[in-house]
Amino acid sequence: MVVATPKRIKQIKFGLISPKEYRKMSVTRVITADTYDDDGFPIDMGLMDTKLGVIDPGLRCKTCGGRAGECPGHFGHIELVAPVIHVGFAKLLRKILRAICRECGALLLDPKKKEEYIEQIRILRKMGQSAEDVVSEVFKEARKSGTCQYCGEAQQDIKFEKPSAYIEVDEVDGIKYEHKLMPTDIRTRLEKMSDVDAEVIGMDPNNARPEWMILTVLPVPPVTMRPSITLESGQRSEDDLTHKLVDIIRINQRFQENREAGAPQLIIEDLWELLQYHVTTFIDNAVSGVPPARHRSGRPLKTLSQRLKGKEGRFRGSLSGKRVNFSARTVISPDPNLRIFEVGVPEAIAKELTITMNVTPRNIEEAREYTRRGPENHPGANYVIRADGRRVKVTEINGEELAELVEIGWKVERQLKDGDIVLFNRQPSLHRMSIMAHEIKVLPHKTFRLNPAVCPPYNADFDGDEMNMHVPQNEEARAEAKILMHVKNNILSPRFGGPIIGGIHDHISGLFLLTNSKDKINKNDALELLAKMEIRELPEPVGKENGAPYWTSKQIFSQILPGGLDIEFKAEICEKCDQCKGVDCEHDAYVVIKDGVLEQGTIDEKAVGAFKGIIIDKLTKEFTPDIACKFIDDATRLSIRGIMRKGFSFGIDDEYIPDEAQSQINEVLESASDKVEKLIAAYKAGELEQLPGRTIDETLEMEIMKELSKARDSTGEIAGRHLGMENSAVIMARSGARGSMLNLTQMAACVGQQAVRGERIQRGYAGRTLPHFDKGDLGASAHGFVKSSYKNGLSPTEYFFHAIGGREGLVDTAVRTSQSGYLQRRLVNAMQDLEVQYDGTVRDTRNMIIQFKYGEDGIDPMNSDFSKPEAAKRIIDSVMGKVKE
Amino acid sequence: MKHKEATGREFKPLEHVMVPEHEVLDKNEIDKILAGYNIEKEQLPKIYDSDPAAAAIKAKVGDVIRIIRQSPTAGRAVFYRMVIKSSK
Repeated sequence: MVVATPKRIKQIKFGLISPKEYRKMSVTRVITADTYDDDGFPIDMGLMDTKLGVIDPGLRCKTCGGRAGECPGHFGHIELVAPVIHVGFAKLLRKILRAICRECGALLLDPKKKEEYIEQIRILRKMGQSAEDVVSEVFKEARKSGTCQYCGEAQQDIKFEKPSAYIEVDEVDGIKYEHKLMPTDIRTRLEKMSDVDAEVIGMDPNNARPEWMILTVLPVPPVTMRPSITLESGQRSEDDLTHKLVDIIRINQRFQENREAGAPQLIIEDLWELLQYHVTTFIDNAVSGVPPARHRSGRPLKTLSQRLKGKEGRFRGSLSGKRVNFSARTVISPDPNLRIFEVGVPEAIAKELTITMNVTPRNIEEAREYTRRGPENHPGANYVIRADGRRVKVTEINGEELAELVEIGWKVERQLKDGDIVLFNRQPSLHRMSIMAHEIKVLPHKTFRLNPAVCPPYNADFDGDEMNMHVPQNEEARAEAKILMHVKNNILSPRFGGPIIGGIHDHISGLFLLTNSKDKINKNDALELLAKMEIRELPEPVGKENGAPYWTSKQIFSQILPGGLDIEFKAEICEKCDQCKGVDCEHDAYVVIKDGVLEQGTIDEKAVGAFKGIIIDKLTKEFTPDIACKFIDDATRLSIRGIMRKGFSFGIDDEYIPDEAQSQINEVLESASDKVEKLIAAYKAGELEQLPGRTIDETLEMEIMKELSKARDSTGEIAGRHLGMENSAVIMARSGARGSMLNLTQMAACVGQQAVRGERIQRGYAGRTLPHFDKGDLGASAHGFVKSSYKNGLSPTEYFFHAIGGREGLVDTAVRTSQSGYLQRRLVNAMQDLEVQYDGTVRDTRNMIIQFKYGEDGIDPMNSDFSKPEAAKRIIDSVMGKVKE
Repeated sequence: MKHKEATGREFKPLEHVMVPEHEVLDKNEIDKILAGYNIEKEQLPKIYDSDPAAAAIKAKVGDVIRIIRQSPTAGRAVFYRMVIKSSK
């Protein structure tokens, strides 16, 4: 089937509703502020009139005859005694009033100009563009005119007082006379405005006459959108909108009574203002300059605009996102004994959430068993649904009985049990791996448990993070979740074509310690290390010591590798020598795996880490996701055994460096300070050589920064010489488990320059950063260079500078996350409906081609090798048998 | 708009290094491409007739243009665009 030009919504018409229209759509006029009579029945022509729809069960709508739930509700209306301004249009009204004649209502422009503007607006509208700019020009031009071109009336200034007062200012002999415009006056003027003039100000006179911005009739929303609630005490509690409508009707009545009784102008005006206030807050209860209408308890009322606006409003809160059933949320905690695709679910949650079983001849016995067990006996059932659709709650008492009644065609809502597929999610859901399908494991206690290796895709940690779980409710959804969203099918990230699930922190340290050691491991220890894996046999021992056989650590690691795995790569600890010695690497940084045996090299982040793990990558792509899964499970368990065998800790003593190193560091810092002083002296003497494209001041700053960062680096180097592979922090940094050598340098040697916006710290008092320094001091310590290390502690000034630099980092992250979040949201919104078709093209929902070949090359980035165009090379190598040699 | 006199020194978009190769396709080729993707002409991406490159190869409204572009991912990428009237 080829759809030539798919249909689209052609247009949406927006306009104002005329008073006539309001009356036409109204089913009744509302005149009494009362709601229910003494018997609790709605009063005719009251706010709860049954013509407006029904909410009480048993009653029927007088308009459509529908029962509660069937009747959608119908609008009524209130005839306002005096017109009031609609707040939403107050600003526009001001503009219009200033642009039209106070006598004849004509737009104060020449006829020729009007024609020109109409033409411009029509063209813009035709092209689907906004006519806003033209219209604002019209208002600007029309305002300039002092007298009317048509009737010669002199125009007066109009003052606008928020939120809805318009005052005309007349100047006679330098004395100002102020005169308040009542809504009636304004309406008269607007009524005089011609249809052509309305078009010039960008309105469509058929759909929106200017005078319709002033309300003479107020629509009363149907009761269905403002239902009253009956409290336990039997008392009725009305909706906020109803309360507001009561106010409006009361004031409306009082106004009428007063006017008919011939009350003085002052009182009339007061009442008019009060009516204006109530109508204003009915529409929007957060207008600036208007005190919000409050409930008796002091809580501001939620009126029309509050229902729509903001995060909890109709759009963002009820339409774009809403609450769901069959979901659970709780704190997460780690459990390395779970497999990576499992999730530990608290028993309390497993008992609450259910899966609906359709009873068939094949599962009838199972279904009966669940029913028999009841809701309290864990894998039980909470409800059964009979063939006629009636739901029956399963209880401890009726379980046995009910189980016998269960028949084919019934449904049993059974509790979750081990192996059920659920969706597991952590916000913010920034990529598809933020929601993955897990298999349930029901566990005691109250937290969700997950294997720490799946933290990276969720970006989760255990400092109090909470996660959500959703239970798919039918076979199709479960199958889809299992095939598309299962953890094992999401090991690779489509973002960079490598594994996103893998070892973190201690997993990497552990395997590093294990495989980097030359330990001879006796049988007991070997079995201890491999205890958690399904390994039934140890390989041939390499030799004997004191008569007892021993194994190497590399042999132990090889046990978890599948046979047939061949790879060679450089490990993370590779020192990137100019001439790579390959197999003869003296740091044991060249990894060789042949037929699933680690022949040499050290296992670290590059081998098993999330994001980088080459072994995981290869196992998923060339073996199967199941094998990769098993490997991650085994590797993480082995590593934890490995790290516990040696013990691994870090303390303040690990930051200790010998005195001679400390004095070397001091020397370096000393000489750097001297150099900076020299630079400053040269600058002051005007001898500093200016860098191209920089001012002399910028040059000085750059030179100083360069000198100081050089000094910091060399102190780091000095400290590094005394911190060897026996140091835990070094092991973590080098193996890629956590932290970097820079972190260690800052702890042990020198913290270095603190920067704000990439520059040395300049802010503070006039001419200096802190009162501790001379004015105009350009030296290192006066602009945020921290000589001390974290271990030695910072001086008061250094501490202050450090706080400045640290604060900038915090502010940056806060700002960046919100900005990039919004950027991503817009991008996703724009592209979410695009789809790669079977012919490789990218098309939108109208079947229009967006891209002829996905990504121009048609490559699935998930299956590419770390997004490098070298997939072909790997295939050629494996076909040629190059790796195997 | 006034018609400028040719001076022989006008900017020629097609000769610029960053402008990819454009060509107008004949009827047969168009049919073949549309059949290949199983689409109607309207489903192709669009290009204005006033686009400097389209104007340079004298493409008319309703023509289909082939654009061959150097791509960082694929090396060579082929695109087709249908010429539409620009609104100005």
